[in-house]
Amino acid sequence: MTNLRFGLLGLALIVALWLAGRLVTNEYVFFAGYAVAQYILLATAWNLLGGYAGYVNFGTAAFFALGAYVSVAVNKLFEPPLIVLILVGALASGAVGLAMGYLTLKLRGVFFSIATLALAIVAQAVVTNWEFVGGSSGAYLLRPTAGPWGGSYVEYLFYVMLVMAVGAVVLARCIERSKIGFGLAAIRDDELVGEAYGVPTLRLKLLVTVLSGALMGMAGAPLPFYVAYLDPPSAFNLAYAVNTIAMPLIGGASTWVGPVIGAVLLTAVQETAMVTISSAANLMIVGLLMVLFISLAPNGIMGLLRGVRSRA
Amino acid sequence: MVDPLAVLNAVVAGVLLGGFYAAVALGIAIAFGMLDIPNLAHPAFVVVGAFATWLLNSHFGIDPVLAGFLMAPLFFLLGLALYRLYHICFERRGEASLQGLAFFFGVLFITEVGLVLSAGADYRSVSAPYIGASLSFAGMVLPGRMLVPFVVSIAMIGLLHRFLARSFTGRAILAVSQDQTALRLMGVSPIRIKTLAFGLANATASIAGALLIIVEPVEPSIGRDFIGRAFAVVVLGGMGSFYGMLLASLILGITESLVSDMWNPSWAPAIAFGFLLPTLAFRSGGLLGRKL
Repeated sequence: MTNLRFGLLGLALIVALWLAGRLVTNEYVFFAGYAVAQYILLATAWNLLGGYAGYVNFGTAAFFALGAYVSVAVNKLFEPPLIVLILVGALASGAVGLAMGYLTLKLRGVFFSIATLALAIVAQAVVTNWEFVGGSSGAYLLRPTAGPWGGSYVEYLFYVMLVMAVGAVVLARCIERSKIGFGLAAIRDDELVGEAYGVPTLRLKLLVTVLSGALMGMAGAPLPFYVAYLDPPSAFNLAYAVNTIAMPLIGGASTWVGPVIGAVLLTAVQETAMVTISSAANLMIVGLLMVLFISLAPNGIMGLLRGVRSRA
Repeated sequence: MVDPLAVLNAVVAGVLLGGFYAAVALGIAIAFGMLDIPNLAHPAFVVVGAFATWLLNSHFGIDPVLAGFLMAPLFFLLGLALYRLYHICFERRGEASLQGLAFFFGVLFITEVGLVLSAGADYRSVSAPYIGASLSFAGMVLPGRMLVPFVVSIAMIGLLHRFLARSFTGRAILAVSQDQTALRLMGVSPIRIKTLAFGLANATASIAGALLIIVEPVEPSIGRDFIGRAFAVVVLGGMGSFYGMLLASLILGITESLVSDMWNPSWAPAIAFGFLLPTLAFRSGGLLGRKL
C-alpha cells in the first residue's frame, strides 16, 4: 500500500469514528477514547526512536509534561486556540529533544537513556519551582463547556487527539518505509557498520529524537483541559514512561502496528483493572506484562504472530 | 553577607551526604561501571534493603547497620539469580542494550509497586541511639544520622576496593571489565565471575538501604531520587573507577548541600543532572576513568 493510500485510509477511519461518535451519548466513551488515542500517540512517538533506532527514552513523562505545562503557561498569557497550544508544545518538547540529543547521542545508547531518566527528574524540579504555572500546588483550568463545533469539549478533545494519533501512525509508517527508516534500522542492528556504509547516523538519530519529542509534547498540550487540574506529581507520573515503553515492546517494536496494538491492549487492560481491582495492582500488571514480554517474546505480539505464520 | 561558619557547616554536611551517596552508587559502579549491566533497579533494591532494615529494627530491635549486614547474604543470592536471568534472556541473545534497559526499568517498577502493595505507601523510620545524637566540633555540628552512614559507607568501599585489588576473584572481576576473552584464556569463566560480581553489587544495596533509612524516613518510591544521582556519580567519576565515584559523590553531596542551604532545597534533585549532561557531552571519561 502506498503512503498516500494509507493516509487516506487513516482519514477514512477518523471520519468513520466521527460518524459513530454522533450516536454516542455517554461522555465516558470520549474520556476513555481520549486515553487510548493519547497512548497510541505516545507509544508511536517513543517507537520512532526506541523501536526503529534502538535508543531507549525513559523521559516520556518529561516531554509529555513539558508540552502540558507550556500549554498551561501560554494559555494563561494569550488564551489562543488549542491548535496553537499544541504547536507550541511540540516546539518546546522538540527543542528539548534536540538539546538532549545533541549532547548525548554521540555516545552509546545506554548513556542517552540514563540522561533521559535524569531529564524527567530535573524537569519536574523546574516545574515545581515555576510559580507562574502553579508550582507545587498545581494549576486549575476552566474547561470550556462546549467544543467549537458543538458537542461537549471532551468530545472535541477526543477528535483532536484522534487526528494527532492517526497522523503520527501515518508518519511512522512513512518513515519506516523510507530511506530514513532503513538508516535507523542500520543504527539499531549495528551502528558502527551503518556508519561505515555511509549512514549519517548522528543526523538521523537527532532527527527522530526531535520528532519523537515534539510528538510527545503535542500529546501533552491538551492534557490540562482534559484533566482540568494539573500538578507536577501527576503530570510527571512514572506510569507514563512505563506505559509508553511497555506498549511498543509488547505489541512489537520494529513496526508501526506494534505500538498501536500495545496501546489499545494495555489501555483496555488498565481501564478494566482500574475498575475491578485497584490502581496499584493495575501498575503491577503493566510492569509484569512488560518484563514477561521482553524476556520471553522480545519481538512482541507481532513477533509471535510472524512466528506462527512462518511455521504454518 | 554570607556567614563563613554556615558555609563551613554546609560543606561538612555535604561531605557526609556525599559519603552516603557513594554507598548507594557503589552497586552501580560495579554493575554498570565494571560489568556494563545498566541496573536501573539498583536504587529500588536499596529501598527494599531499607524496608527490610525497618522490619528487623522495629520488630526485633536489631541495630540498623547490623541489620543491613545481616541481610546482605540474601541480597547477594538475589543478585546471582537476577544476573542469571538477565544473562539467559538478554546477554546471551546479544540483545542486551534495548531489551536489557527496558527489562531493568520494568524490574524497578515492579519492585516499587510490590513494596507499595506489601508495605504500604507510608514513610518508615528506624531508631538507634546515634540517630538523635550529634557531635560538636569547633562550631561544626556532625549529626549521628549522617556521620554513621558516612563512616560505614567509606569502610564498605575501602574493604571492597581492597578485595578487588588483592584477591584472585577480585582481580578477575577487574579483568572481566576490561577483556572477557583474555580472562577466558586464563581458564576463568567470565560468566561465573560476572555472576559473582553482580551478587556483590546487589549485596551492597542491603547495606546502603540500612544507611538510607538512618539518614531519612523512607517510602517506596524514594529510590527514584537516587537513580539520577547514582548514575551521574558513576559517569562523572569515570566508569570502573571506585575513587572517581567517591570523589564525584563528595562533589555532588557538597553542591547539593550548599544549594539547599543557601538557596532552595527543591532544586537539589536537579543538580545531578547538571553534572551528568556536561560530563557526557564534553568529558565522557569522567574525572578519573577511561574514555567511553
